[in-house]
Amino acid sequence: MAADFNWAVGGEAGDGIDSTGKIFAQALSRAGRHVFTSKDFASRIRGGYTAYKVRTSVDKVQSVVDRLDVLIALTPRTIEENLDELHEGSVIIYDGERTTMQDVEIPEEMIGLDVPLKSLAEEAGGAIMRNVVALGAACEVAEFPIENLDSALEKRFKDKGQKLVDNNKEAARAGQSYVADEYDHEFDYDLETTDEDYVLLNGDEAIGMGAIAAGCRFYAGYPITPATDVMTYLTGRIERYGGHVVQAEDELSAINMALGAARGGARAMTATSGPGIDLMTETFGLIATSETPLVICNVMRSGPSTGMPTKQEQGDLNQMLYGGHGEVPRFVLAPTTIDECFWKTVEAFNLAEKYQLPVYLTADLSMAVTEQTFSPETFDMDEVEVDRGNVVDETTIDDHMSESGGFQPHEITDDGISPRAFPGTADGAHMSTGLEHDEQGRRTEDTDMRVAQVDKRNRKVETAREREDWSPREFGDEDADDLVITWGSNEGALAEAVEILDEEGQDVRVLSVPYIFPRPDLSADVEAAETTVVVECNERGQFADLVEHDVLERVDRVNKYNGVRFKADELAAEIKSTLAEGVEA
Amino acid sequence: MSSEIRFTDFKSDKQPTWCPGCGDFGTMNGMMKALAETGNDPDNTFVVAGIGCSGKIGTYMHSYALHGVHGRALPVGTGVKMARPDIEVMVAGGDGDGYSIGAGHFVHAVRRNVDMTYVVMDNRIYGLTKGQASPTSREDFETSTSPEGPKQPPVNPHALALASGATFIAQSFSSDALRHQEIIQEAIEHDGFGFVNVYSPCVTFNDVDTYDYFRDSLVDLKEEEHDPTSREDAKDVILDNEKEHQGVIYKDESSVPYHEQHGVDEDMSVIPDGAPESATDLVREFY
Ligand SMILES: Cc1ncc(C[n+]2csc(CCOP(=O)(O)OP(=O)(O)O)c2C)c(N)n1
Ligand code: SF4
Repeated sequence: MAADFNWAVGGEAGDGIDSTGKIFAQALSRAGRHVFTSKDFASRIRGGYTAYKVRTSVDKVQSVVDRLDVLIALTPRTIEENLDELHEGSVIIYDGERTTMQDVEIPEEMIGLDVPLKSLAEEAGGAIMRNVVALGAACEVAEFPIENLDSALEKRFKDKGQKLVDNNKEAARAGQSYVADEYDHEFDYDLETTDEDYVLLNGDEAIGMGAIAAGCRFYAGYPITPATDVMTYLTGRIERYGGHVVQAEDELSAINMALGAARGGARAMTATSGPGIDLMTETFGLIATSETPLVICNVMRSGPSTGMPTKQEQGDLNQMLYGGHGEVPRFVLAPTTIDECFWKTVEAFNLAEKYQLPVYLTADLSMAVTEQTFSPETFDMDEVEVDRGNVVDETTIDDHMSESGGFQPHEITDDGISPRAFPGTADGAHMSTGLEHDEQGRRTEDTDMRVAQVDKRNRKVETAREREDWSPREFGDEDADDLVITWGSNEGALAEAVEILDEEGQDVRVLSVPYIFPRPDLSADVEAAETTVVVECNERGQFADLVEHDVLERVDRVNKYNGVRFKADELAAEIKSTLAEGVEA
Repeated sequence: MSSEIRFTDFKSDKQPTWCPGCGDFGTMNGMMKALAETGNDPDNTFVVAGIGCSGKIGTYMHSYALHGVHGRALPVGTGVKMARPDIEVMVAGGDGDGYSIGAGHFVHAVRRNVDMTYVVMDNRIYGLTKGQASPTSREDFETSTSPEGPKQPPVNPHALALASGATFIAQSFSSDALRHQEIIQEAIEHDGFGFVNVYSPCVTFNDVDTYDYFRDSLVDLKEEEHDPTSREDAKDVILDNEKEHQGVIYKDESSVPYHEQHGVDEDMSVIPDGAPESATDLVREFY
């Protein structure tokens, strides 16, 4: 891989760190360079350390590294926080005139560039542009053509008028020439540009874009870090396609609104993070039993409870797999890259409608807030397919009537999939309920019907296992003795780690798994490996538990779920006969 | 086809399991008649029901319907209506469902002014869980969970609604069949959120707020000097603790429903096969 360059801007929340970082990342991306960004932020609006880091290379970059070449430090803490990553020859740009920065000490082996950011910004038209002055200075250090910054500034400020754009361009140049004139260091960075066209987006945005592409028309949500960007993205865009976003009063309302829209026949979605998933769980069961297609996006953050809202974790796997009382089938999809956030969202809508059940689509904080460059063809809209599953209309509904003439939305079928009728379909009027029901959706406590409906709902999972491709993505050395398994946003870092390991003579085979349920059968892979390591961001190893569970030998069971409790003699007989048949290996 | 629709078309073939004499029978009949009378049919109607004896209503009616979880019927109705502006949406539930567990949603549904009808079957008690105090129970009403009465003033749903910016507030009595039907009809025809609190006596657990009590105490606003378009008049009626009223308490004739304010008027069940034509623009925005 070509040399990568690592840059960061840091200060207090409220210092405009985010927009400064974004402008630089966009300038790089527009100059045909690959970019990968990461954010350090605290859960507060003003005050508290914040940083925006950009890694760039002409080759694809898909992770962060612990090295920082140029740092724009707005506060002394920015330097402290990043000392580990700064190295000999790292450049620190700061404003020695800023009160808090007057006594700042630049470590000896590093190069401090004291640039009067505020004064230069004021000359260019306003102190607020001091970060742009710093960007100009950084361009000089990195030998990055400043024209590329211009187009990013235009994108950012054009709605606010040409004057502001011009002032910002001037501010950037003031920073650039200040460094050129005042310092005669030879910096050995050379950020070349290419002719590539890249787009720069984060996981939440990719999910939002995937939703619109897939025909999602209704979104209801309640703000929560780090899922809010999904709602922000959809707001103002979904309307162009005839859709609507509602900011609900809470997550209970959000998921119920989405449920209502889905019953109306819309492709609907809600997105939240752990605490919101907890609140949605009661309705989740209703969605599953009423066989309503719905996409529920869980952008995981650190739990439990409010945990660490701005920190990464992949701790909600068990919650999504097992959350809710009783037993209901659900799918859990977990994209492992930002571009996959787009494609798995499309897939989530198709799976939800084909199998008429709720689909959890889960990303994690790292993926949600991280931006990465892609070639636009990565999101080829012509590849998007919409499969609405078994929807009946006036002409086909007759095949799904009970003897007494009522439509059967919960018809017992071999593949477990029943017909769906949208409101307005003649003769399709029917009831949906969280109560156990018969084929027409009417409440029942009939033991046989209970078993038939539970089996029917579960049969959809078996059908899906057969009909869909649930394979993991594989990379590394396919013949290696050691196997690494991962899920979620770890894939990018792992891909680079494999290269490093390879250089060190350590071969590994990697399986990155985007499907949690149903999931690929990894038993042959694990059995063939000498050692298996499961990589994930949680303490328990929730995915590791699943792998162990899948690979264990089978045990036989005795089950009953018809609503009547076990009777002693019946149970004894069941156990006896199961034992007699022997435990299947 | 609506001219041929009779109210019995809205009846399902399930026999209600309500106690004989329960007020909910009358409430439901009025709703079915009002739906038929306003030109709706079961295939273009969606009924969302809460949890409680009252919530069983969706089962006994015939239409597209959802029987949800406790307290969340209003958000479901909101979602249905936004996705399907062409569908008549009616939400029904009990006083516990609407003013206790679902109170938050009530306030927000009112202020959103989505064009649907909300019918609360108010029996001033929890029926289905066998007789506990409800948010509209009287302060001294003795129940299994309030042996000396709840010792808290009851919720005033109309005051909540008015304060939240309601555009239609009404009250009816399930056994005054004609008036009840008339009022529900007016709520359906209202452009916006039509809220009707219906006195729907529980003959099994509530021996205070009985048919006789309501019959004797009800004052019909039609016979009073009441101007339903006046918020002042509405306020006086709503804060009058001495009398029980029926009729339309408040009606904002200039009400602009949610879909008109927000331009939500498309049938969202219709989506193209594949990404929408201009979807590549979405990618271009990230340049
Ligand atoms: C989350 C939840 N909590 C509690 C219940 C139990 N529950 C069922 S109905 C009900 C009260 C119903 O009262 P109301 O809304 O007044 O209706 P009514 O039965 O009187 O018509 C309760 C508490 C439930 N189903 N769900
Ligand atoms: S318990 Fe009360 S509310 Fe419930 S059905 Fe009987 S009479 Fe009606």
